[in-house]
Amino acid sequence: MDEKEKREQLLQARAAWEEKTAKVLAKHPERKEFKFDSGLPVERIYTPLDLEGFSYLERLGFPGEYPFTRGIQPTMYRGRLWTMRQYAGFGTAEETNRRFRYLLEQGQTGLSVAFDLPTQIGYDSDHPLARGEVGKVGVAIDSLKDMEILLDQIPLDKVSTSMTINAPASVLLAMYMAVAEKQGVPLEKISGTIQNDILKEYVARGTYIFPPRESMRLIVDIFAFAGKHVPNWNTISISGYHIREAGSTAVQEVAFTLSNAIAYVEAALEAGLEIDSFAPRLSFFFNAHLNFFEEIAKFRAARRVWARIMKERFHATNPRSMMLRFHTQTAGCTLTAQQPDVNIMRVAFQALSAVLGGTQSLHTNSRDEALALPSEHSVLLALRTQQVIGYEIGVADTIDPLGGSYYVEALTDQIEKEVLDYIRKIDEMGGAVAAIEKGYMQQEIQESAYRYQKEVETGERTVIGVNKFTGGNEMPMDLLKVDPAVGERQAARLKEVRATRDAARVSAALQQLCRAAQSKENLMPHIVEAVKAYATLGEICGVLREIFGEYQQQVIL
Amino acid sequence: MSNKPVRVLVGKVGLDGHDRGAKVVAKALRDAGMEVIYTGLRQTPEQIVEAALQEDVQVIGLSILSGAHMQLLPPVVELLRQQGAADIMVLAGGIIPPEDIAYLKEVGIAEVFTPGTSTSDIINYIREHLEENE
Repeated sequence: MDEKEKREQLLQARAAWEEKTAKVLAKHPERKEFKFDSGLPVERIYTPLDLEGFSYLERLGFPGEYPFTRGIQPTMYRGRLWTMRQYAGFGTAEETNRRFRYLLEQGQTGLSVAFDLPTQIGYDSDHPLARGEVGKVGVAIDSLKDMEILLDQIPLDKVSTSMTINAPASVLLAMYMAVAEKQGVPLEKISGTIQNDILKEYVARGTYIFPPRESMRLIVDIFAFAGKHVPNWNTISISGYHIREAGSTAVQEVAFTLSNAIAYVEAALEAGLEIDSFAPRLSFFFNAHLNFFEEIAKFRAARRVWARIMKERFHATNPRSMMLRFHTQTAGCTLTAQQPDVNIMRVAFQALSAVLGGTQSLHTNSRDEALALPSEHSVLLALRTQQVIGYEIGVADTIDPLGGSYYVEALTDQIEKEVLDYIRKIDEMGGAVAAIEKGYMQQEIQESAYRYQKEVETGERTVIGVNKFTGGNEMPMDLLKVDPAVGERQAARLKEVRATRDAARVSAALQQLCRAAQSKENLMPHIVEAVKAYATLGEICGVLREIFGEYQQQVIL
Repeated sequence: MSNKPVRVLVGKVGLDGHDRGAKVVAKALRDAGMEVIYTGLRQTPEQIVEAALQEDVQVIGLSILSGAHMQLLPPVVELLRQQGAADIMVLAGGIIPPEDIAYLKEVGIAEVFTPGTSTSDIINYIREHLEENE
């Protein structure tokens, strides 16, 4: 039988099945209308008819090979499991250092630093706007002194460290490098990531400092500097995570993230960098949300779209430039304050989707995070969840086990198509920066967020413990409380640092930075010098604020 | 209660950038017929109070997810009192542990809405309690 006859037969069989099913439906209607967040319907069943014209080699290929749909490494988790990397940080550097060492003892394989908001926005702990915020959502870092304590006894040549820092990413990278030097670790041996993704800050996360143009310059300066001095450092983690948390759909998450990525690549090319000199160090960060198969397909589609963009649009030739490497975090916004233990299950399924989607590293949220920062016990349970997935249930034994599923492949194609439509639209607006300045991404995300909330309130979307199966509202007893005296302790340390450092060296370094900021010179060497002189984060960002100005948020509602 | 629409200031106090909740609530209040002013991010207690007085609102809704609520919410109530505007209802929403809620209510926050709250609960709360105050 040839292909055409086979297809004919299949069509007939499907028609017959549909007829039979229609009779069943007339008596027993389905539970509801099934659809994706994007509004497109979920079909009753997927068959080879949904994959017509499907070419294995063109669409999937082999792991480690273009277009990387099935994964970026040839052996994936058979060689090494993903990096288990729990985002942590609170209070002072001492407290966070203790939590880091505890997590490493428990088998975590990489660090991920959460900074407090004053640090993320470039204010020292004693700044008036830091009131109440010091040490709250992360660790307070004011100067190299804090960073030395934070990383004390952690072997920086063995542990990779991800730092969620954006507007002042250059300063924190400089501090990390300075600590490595003090530990005697050569710079080419350190590895890790700075988030450094300012565009999504304007759109979804809110810790911007400078206007877009100046911020893009800082980012490109880091690309150029890091390529020479810290070759194993991921210079950016282009993040869809927060876009999704702000309420976007899966498609918008990937589309806006890749549009932002295109903007960074274009800025670097414009500054004269060569594509394959920086593109291999670009990394990504996605959300693992609730719709299990849609998420798996999303990760696969993202890899394929990015590979094609890099090859066809930017003419990269190094395969590493085409590989979309990503970190995943389970969706914080799906955690409920009601019946918090149920969050353990949500997190497990979300984490599983990330693994089936081929993530390079993973953070699993803790059950109590809709109530407070996670307790040590809850964090351990979250880490153990990843370990069960990696070591016990066999899902990491073969590569991309869902590849070839009619549903997953059809969904991967559908997401790819929708993502490309959005990217085209944003290109037509003049790219991501223009789209953000117009408020386009913000508007799209807000509308999705509002729709989601309405669906929860009408009961169209079920949230266990919130609009269905309520009751049994158990509260975990050991919520973490950040010591309110952290602010005073940080202020005291700052005072000491300012009193004991070489004041002349500090002011010379800051003057040099000020001068360089007004020229086209790469700012990184000046930031490194200022950091080593124990200039504070607030002082360094203060100089740049003066020259660059500050971004004024457009309030869109 | 008069037929004039209720005026509400929705504000983000402190440095955190999580504005999904604030915006969803602002939109829902607007859809419910209220006049809503949204401040945007990074407001100090002083800025919130100034805006509330200027805009002549009856309700202030403050969103905070950074954990700084114990330091940043009480000053709003205190500043309103100093300005003779203690009649403005102050509501809060965000990640706020139960034991802190008790304290915040004691110092004059009318109600605290935690994750999972339906926007209709917030709308109903405002309508019912403004009527009581009339």
